[in-house]
Amino acid sequence: MILKLIDFLRDRLSLVIRLSYVGLALLVAWDVLFVSKEHAHTAVEHIPGFWAAFGFVACVVIIIVSKWFGHRGIMTREDYYDN
Amino acid sequence: MITNFWLHPALILIVGAFILPFLPKWLKRPYLIIVPTLAFLDVLSMQGQNGTFGVVRFLDWYLTFGRVDGLTMVFAYIMTLMCIIGTIYGLHVEDDFQHIAAWLYVAGSLGVIFCGDYLVLFLFWELMAFASVFLVWFRRRPESQAVGYRYLLVHTAGGLALLAGLVLRYQATGGDLSFGPIGVGSPSISTYLIMIGFLLNAAVPPFHAWLPDAYGEATVTGAVFMCAFTTKTAIYALARAFAGMEILVPLGVCMALYGVVYAVLENDSRRLLAYHIISQVGYMVAGVGIGTELAINGTCAHAFAHILYKGLLFMGCGSVLHMTGKSKFSDLGGLYKKMPRTFVFTMIGGLSISAFPLFSGFVSKAMIVSAGFEVHNYWAGFLLTMASAGTFLHTGLKVPYFIWFGKNNCSQETWDKAADPPWNMQLGMGIAAFLCILIGSYTPYLYNMLPYQQAAAAYHPYTAYHISETMQILLFTALGFFLLIKKLAPEPKISLDLDWFYRMGGRGFFWLARKPIQWADNCVSEGYRYVGLIPLMTTANFWSWFDWHAIDGVVDGLAKTVRGIGGAVRRVQSGQLQYNIFYAVSLVAVALVIYVFA
Repeated sequence: MILKLIDFLRDRLSLVIRLSYVGLALLVAWDVLFVSKEHAHTAVEHIPGFWAAFGFVACVVIIIVSKWFGHRGIMTREDYYDN
Repeated sequence: MITNFWLHPALILIVGAFILPFLPKWLKRPYLIIVPTLAFLDVLSMQGQNGTFGVVRFLDWYLTFGRVDGLTMVFAYIMTLMCIIGTIYGLHVEDDFQHIAAWLYVAGSLGVIFCGDYLVLFLFWELMAFASVFLVWFRRRPESQAVGYRYLLVHTAGGLALLAGLVLRYQATGGDLSFGPIGVGSPSISTYLIMIGFLLNAAVPPFHAWLPDAYGEATVTGAVFMCAFTTKTAIYALARAFAGMEILVPLGVCMALYGVVYAVLENDSRRLLAYHIISQVGYMVAGVGIGTELAINGTCAHAFAHILYKGLLFMGCGSVLHMTGKSKFSDLGGLYKKMPRTFVFTMIGGLSISAFPLFSGFVSKAMIVSAGFEVHNYWAGFLLTMASAGTFLHTGLKVPYFIWFGKNNCSQETWDKAADPPWNMQLGMGIAAFLCILIGSYTPYLYNMLPYQQAAAAYHPYTAYHISETMQILLFTALGFFLLIKKLAPEPKISLDLDWFYRMGGRGFFWLARKPIQWADNCVSEGYRYVGLIPLMTTANFWSWFDWHAIDGVVDGLAKTVRGIGGAVRRVQSGQLQYNIFYAVSLVAVALVIYVFA
């Protein structure tokens, strides 16, 4: 059953991707139009779509900074510690 | 009365462990399930019976083995429960000693959870380290031995810091050994030493490198135990003694981000999960540092949820390693066709750690972040939120994608061997997955166990704002992941961490021993030869001459006399037995005659 579902989705990959974009847009729209901001801790959180931007930027920054750090000599060959 | 009877759950596991090798084979599997279940039931029977039990007099001290309160119970509950799940997962292991090591290790953790003073704490603290190292050694690869020794040495160093701290504290307080709030308002050197001991076990940088080193190398089942107990026992100890210690907030935030950065670079799935332990324990350390009721509740809740989802993730990646013999992303990929159930279980662990609504992390992690925002520590709140984007990026996306989807890097042999693991491993994962969803979907299950009930009752995770905030962060993280997926392609490399200093430092020591020290030793030997040996030989030659000519001259006179007597006696002693008997009998006859007639 799991296999069939995965293969079903993979066969329609471009549709799944398009639906995902629609989902993302709907999520931000829901947040902007309907979600009460009374639980927000700071003023910046009132900017529409703040957490969406935060999540995306956080992800990009983490990947780029980590890879930059890794390629400064931290990542090395697997037998580095072998004698 | 039953109420007066208190049985330490660690004792059940210790006695159970020592009986195990003597059981017939057919009884072993039921026994492996019964013993941890008894320990769990024992903990359940203590609910609502707060107090002090198991006080033993030892020399001048009263040792407390059983302090039962809210903080104890939540940790004892989840640890005994995880012991059942871990043992079920490892039911196929026929080596009794692996089960014994695992149970003794859990017993060590439970001993710390229930102890009321530092002496008992130290005793069980060391039991944990010495039992768990066998879970690394039993992998029996050539590198397992080296990793195990490194693990042991690092933990021994931490144990020594703890011991030094508690000795100083004993002296400073005039003999107070009780384990409770340590007085974070006026820290002394003993406070810091004890804290270093705890921080090392919690894997707080710079004392963290032992964790990915050991957990990546442990046996498949051993890693499932290790990921649950050492760090969370340390979190319990920190929550008990160091609640409100402000330095822990920046340390915790650094940990949360540090683990995330290294997880990006990591190519080995279990080492990636190990780095994410550091990241997740960072939330708990920060929670202890914030120290409010909500934060301590959050720390306990997150430790509880973490033990289950991290256990589940280690079970998932462990199953892949168990079946295929591979744990590196650059050797795996596209396995969803071969291991679909393992994929689903691991995904549930991934969604739980990422704090998706309806999964366990959602109801636990947010408590700590909210507590940070509530005390107006905004940078901690935002940085911890950023780390949670990183958590989903790796554990929720990178691990499942590069093992079950993505480019198929499997060799033909790996592909052929890949299949869902034996029933007991699936059952272990199934139970953990069920609990991850139960905690996330039915909040009273976990919240009713938390130490501060009022704060727990006032906290509501399922607000529209919280759901919207979380979903935006996570789904836009996913967007970033798929846009930058090429940058994340696995690289067959290792990442140098702070263990470099002691690994290469150890080599430096060997080099020092081989080269400069050897050289110095040679110099001393040569110098000794000229300065010491030659005069010594000259003196010795003189005394030899003196001995020969002077002393022997005197002695020889004596010797000549002795030799003369010896020669005379020799003539009597012909060496023939009959003559010897004859002389002896004659002597006896003469003696008899003298005796009779005298």
